[in-house]
Amino acid sequence: MLAYILRRIMIMIPTLLGVTIIVFLMLHATPGDPAELLLGERATNESLEQMREHLGLNEPLYVQYGLFLSRLLKGDLGETIWTRQKVWIEIKHRFPATIELSLVALCISCFAGMLLGIISATKQYSIFDYVSMIGALAGVSMPIFWLGLVFMLIFSLNLGWLPLSGRLSIGVDLDVITNFYIVDAVITRNWPAFKDAVWHIIMPAVTLSTIPTAIVARMTRSAMLDVLRQDYIKTAKAKGLSQLQVIFKHALRNAMIPVVTTIGLQFGVLLGGAILTESIFAWPGVGKWMYDAVMQRDYMVIQGGTLFIASLFVVINLCVDVLYAVINPRISIQ
Amino acid sequence: MGNPKNPYDRHPFFEQISQLWRNKTAVAGLVIVTGFILMAIFAPFLSPHDPLATSLYDQIKPPVWHETGTWKNILGTDELGRDTLSRIIYGARVSLTVAIVSVGIAFTLGTLLGCISGYYKGFWDSLIMRIMDMILAFPYLLLAIVVVAFLGPSLKNAMMAIGITYVPRFARIVRGSVLEECEKDYVMAARAVGARDWRILFIGILPNCLGPLIVQTTLSMASAILDAAALSFLGLGAQPPTPEWGGMIARSRALILRASWVMTFPGIAILLAVLGFNLLGDGLRDALDPRLRD
Repeated sequence: MLAYILRRIMIMIPTLLGVTIIVFLMLHATPGDPAELLLGERATNESLEQMREHLGLNEPLYVQYGLFLSRLLKGDLGETIWTRQKVWIEIKHRFPATIELSLVALCISCFAGMLLGIISATKQYSIFDYVSMIGALAGVSMPIFWLGLVFMLIFSLNLGWLPLSGRLSIGVDLDVITNFYIVDAVITRNWPAFKDAVWHIIMPAVTLSTIPTAIVARMTRSAMLDVLRQDYIKTAKAKGLSQLQVIFKHALRNAMIPVVTTIGLQFGVLLGGAILTESIFAWPGVGKWMYDAVMQRDYMVIQGGTLFIASLFVVINLCVDVLYAVINPRISIQ
Repeated sequence: MGNPKNPYDRHPFFEQISQLWRNKTAVAGLVIVTGFILMAIFAPFLSPHDPLATSLYDQIKPPVWHETGTWKNILGTDELGRDTLSRIIYGARVSLTVAIVSVGIAFTLGTLLGCISGYYKGFWDSLIMRIMDMILAFPYLLLAIVVVAFLGPSLKNAMMAIGITYVPRFARIVRGSVLEECEKDYVMAARAVGARDWRILFIGILPNCLGPLIVQTTLSMASAILDAAALSFLGLGAQPPTPEWGGMIARSRALILRASWVMTFPGIAILLAVLGFNLLGDGLRDALDPRLRD
């Protein structure tokens, strides 16, 4: 097992290097002087020259890439153009908001997706099955930025049930410890803030979970259908087990194996979708920060944020692969 | 010679077509997709107004079923008095163009790279597949957003960005099929009689991989429309005043309280178009991929 994990990590390294190469080359593919792009229009000649020196722009490309990589290894992602803050510190500051939103969305899509999938599979060709599978297909086809606006219009502007945007209402006090507001509220036993934070997260999380929910529902249904056809399910039924026991004790366990992988892969959808969702709901995470950066052409932020999200995605995929090997005794670790 | 032909013994192609025809989801998808294609082709004849014509007197008109709606603007107008229905009809042109061009880029590059990878194996295979892994290391939409952010926002760059991010899907499918086909006797026979590599690949092997490729193309068209709309929504795709569905939604955000219909219809158009391609893709998969057939 350990050897397998180590080998997977070894395979991950060239991929991560590839990510840095793509991000590095992107700046050079952009028309114009990289130093000027990174410093913005307000840069003085002196600071431009300094930046050129720093990036090694007068050196050949591979030397520049080496410099880029060595800065990365030191954790130096540069400074933002407009606010002159360290990119890395800005990411650390905003990341909990994104993870909080993504995790809640992931929980919603696991729960709702698997429930829909299981019921659809056990009642194949029923009305419920048809409706939920058409719903799932619509979910996969959904422009989530539009769905978010529709939710806003209905639940916030018309019905007034949920807050329009942001993470907390103005005037709600919360001692920030971990920067995960829901967790912070629980730690400090600040129940009004807890309720407020939960109320704020519902709409963006449901919006973000739309596509993953649909994918998980479709996957669960087909995996369950595969398993329910097997002989041992017939045996279990013949032995007189109740429907629920057959489904949850015997079928679901084996059907879970492909579903877990699918769920793990949804993290990528969530991280990418976060840019859309966060910018609609003014959710102060990495996604909205990158969207703002794209609007203001803060290339330092785009570069740093992209590197960070892509690396995170690679690491998560590695974890999913390892998890898959752990839960599936049939997979040969060769 | 010549036995009378058994009427039930049809060519596999016709067998697949009839499979497809019996599949309700595929037919539903086909109807929707055909509808959008016709809409795009005949946009000038179908749309009641010029999609770019602004009108001071017709700003933010509601749709016809609304109390104050009129038949002049069936789906109402936007903040500049442009007819929503006409803009949606012309928007089909933009969205389908984006889908065709970006999936075309991905299809061509992906098939070529997949062929090289699967046929020549060894060094080229490792190199190409590692590059594909790098592209796949970026989560959904992020790479496209970043590429357009660096190259500058325009529909052309958006199409290119989406195309690049879809290359690995095609390359992987083609590589897998080519690897499988290369083991078969006909490839060996073709090699034995001295056929050139490109001939074996494009005339011998590739037609046998068409099934999964067609399915992937259809499903990619769906996601390309969705991604292009998202990019335009973020201001990175089609630029105003181009009638593009995602861009229409972005500009209608300011009107969300006053005139929610301006935002509603382009969203429905995106949903329907993407749904159409997804239904068709699912149906094609059932019909063309015998391994998945019950």
